[in-house]
Amino acid sequence: MSILVDKNTRVVVQGITGKEGTFHTEQMLGYGTAVVAGVTPGKGGQSIEGVPVFNSLHEAVEKEGANTSCLFVPPPFAADAIMEGISANLAVVVCITEGIPTLDMVKVVGFLNGKESVLIGPNCPGIISPGKTKVGIMPGHIHTPGPVGVISRSGTLTYEVVDQLTRVGLGQSTCLGIGGDPIVGTTFIDHLKRFMDDPDTEGVVIIGEIGGTTEEEAAKYIQAEFDKPVIAFIAGQTAPPGKRMGHAGAIISGGEGKAQDKIKALESAGITVVHNLGRLGETVLQVIK
Amino acid sequence: MKLHEFQAKDLLTKLGIPTPQGQLVKDPDQAFKAAQIIPGPPWVVKAQVHTGGRGKAGGIKVVDDPDEMVATTKALLKKSLVTKQTGPEGIMVRQVLIETGVDIEKEFYLSMVVDRATARPTMIFSQAGGMEIEEVADQTPELILKEHIDPATGWMPYQARNLIYRIDPIPSPPAIKSLTSVMDGVYKVFMTLDCSLLEINPLVTTREGKILALDAKIQIDDNALFRQKDLHTLDDPEEKDPLELMAERYQLSYIRLNGNIGAMVNGAGLAMATMDLIKMAGAEPANFLDVGGGASEEMITKGLEIILKDKRVKAILINIFGGILRCDVLARGVLAAAKNTDIKVPLIVRLEGTNVDEGRRILENSDLKVLVAKNLAEAADLVTKQVSLREIQ
Repeated sequence: MSILVDKNTRVVVQGITGKEGTFHTEQMLGYGTAVVAGVTPGKGGQSIEGVPVFNSLHEAVEKEGANTSCLFVPPPFAADAIMEGISANLAVVVCITEGIPTLDMVKVVGFLNGKESVLIGPNCPGIISPGKTKVGIMPGHIHTPGPVGVISRSGTLTYEVVDQLTRVGLGQSTCLGIGGDPIVGTTFIDHLKRFMDDPDTEGVVIIGEIGGTTEEEAAKYIQAEFDKPVIAFIAGQTAPPGKRMGHAGAIISGGEGKAQDKIKALESAGITVVHNLGRLGETVLQVIK
Repeated sequence: MKLHEFQAKDLLTKLGIPTPQGQLVKDPDQAFKAAQIIPGPPWVVKAQVHTGGRGKAGGIKVVDDPDEMVATTKALLKKSLVTKQTGPEGIMVRQVLIETGVDIEKEFYLSMVVDRATARPTMIFSQAGGMEIEEVADQTPELILKEHIDPATGWMPYQARNLIYRIDPIPSPPAIKSLTSVMDGVYKVFMTLDCSLLEINPLVTTREGKILALDAKIQIDDNALFRQKDLHTLDDPEEKDPLELMAERYQLSYIRLNGNIGAMVNGAGLAMATMDLIKMAGAEPANFLDVGGGASEEMITKGLEIILKDKRVKAILINIFGGILRCDVLARGVLAAAKNTDIKVPLIVRLEGTNVDEGRRILENSDLKVLVAKNLAEAADLVTKQVSLREIQ
């Protein structure tokens, strides 16, 4: 099993005719993902790698039964594209785009309230259920099916973790990036709940970083309600306060969001926190086995 | 994007929030002229630099006559101001704001931020104005009042009442009216200008019954700059670290730190984790550098050159997990940098991902001092070894 995506996932790529959209459509198709449609307003009727392009998302849903979107739309138009996906009642919207204005995301999160769609991202690598489907830009070949769920705020750091897990023989049930922005569609807790209900997930690795309090909140939830083993890694112990470290959401501000505070909260909740990233795979193996 | 106090006040005034009369001054002669125009004594001379803690560092001074004004201005200009936020080198003061002195009756704190936990713009108000808000949060958190703003409705009048009527004692009716009006103004500025922070501390009522923003801090969401074209001219490159400025030009995400091991990584999370790894290995990270997935050979070259411009760097750890970024592109970028800049320091390289074998081969066949690590654990050990070899002091 997996969470949010599986063999029934039918992907529509928003922004398919752009450079990123086209390249990753190819990559997703290569992995075996059912990319059934693309959307670029004004380019309806075209075809990218055999995938039909439509002018609007509603058409893609109507004509090709798309139920999940992967978004490569540039920042000025991304929030609108996300809301288009939500209004079309897609089960999952995955927004890869980095650089969406924060106040736009405030609107999007307000719009999500009361709707069924789940927004993954923005500013994320996407979601993959190894062997089943990949909706995003992560390198498929480092993943392998298995019992570990991975939830991360990062991109390549996630790949590093997944690669180590695969090498120690711990495959992954579902890996997803919730995004590096300050305002994102889901929290660690949202996915921990899903992993709780997934019989094929035996343990979860969470990868956090400086900024915000989502890891601290996750720690409370894990202590109170989560029964499966959790291992965490938090990036940014050496980050100086007040500086945005690449990700828009990676900033220690007003004394809040320090890596050390997150590590403390997680360790106090009985979660194993890996301090040496080079030995993460071994540590997870020890905890889960 | 950070704005100076004088720029923030300018924007606030334009959008209806009163600020003290003042003038920007860049040399002591201008200061003397300012004393003729700006009502006083007293006057306040305020260093205009992108840092907090100016007052405690002597960057804000009250003066009682024009000669004192000139002397104070002279003492501040073209000198480095060291605050607890700047580090020991401090920050160069190139301009000061001269303002009319204000007869303060009460000081308030008023700000807006986007609260991450609720994903809502939030108005923050306190009667503990004129103090460091972190201290207030620490000692008397009950004095910090918040109202989250629903994007469906915007700022509502009842929300202003929620905040103002919780002040003890309740402000006078004219003050209530002024505070309400300022809050409306703050909301308007924040939303119109795509702020990530708008802070007025203190917001004061005067004995003459006026309300004024005595200090103002505005930060604009970098992600929104594409649609805030009028604000671009307010960016002050001289307040930035020269290497960071250079990196901006090449679209490299670079932050200068204080250590001795440089780092070049693809991905912000992995870059932060690499800095942490360097520290764990017994050294200090010299920088944060995320070359990103779409990095070209030229960007890699420039990134390396920028790291090398920092003379404290004694070795460079290149940690690349290439998905979109190909390891051979990375390797060629490194070689190109070596042609332009003399790379005298050892390169500890950990490559993984697309075209990894070719990337490693290109580096190993070059005449650069390259130590290739197969994985992160090995890379960390190589850093530790370099440190212990005392090649790095």
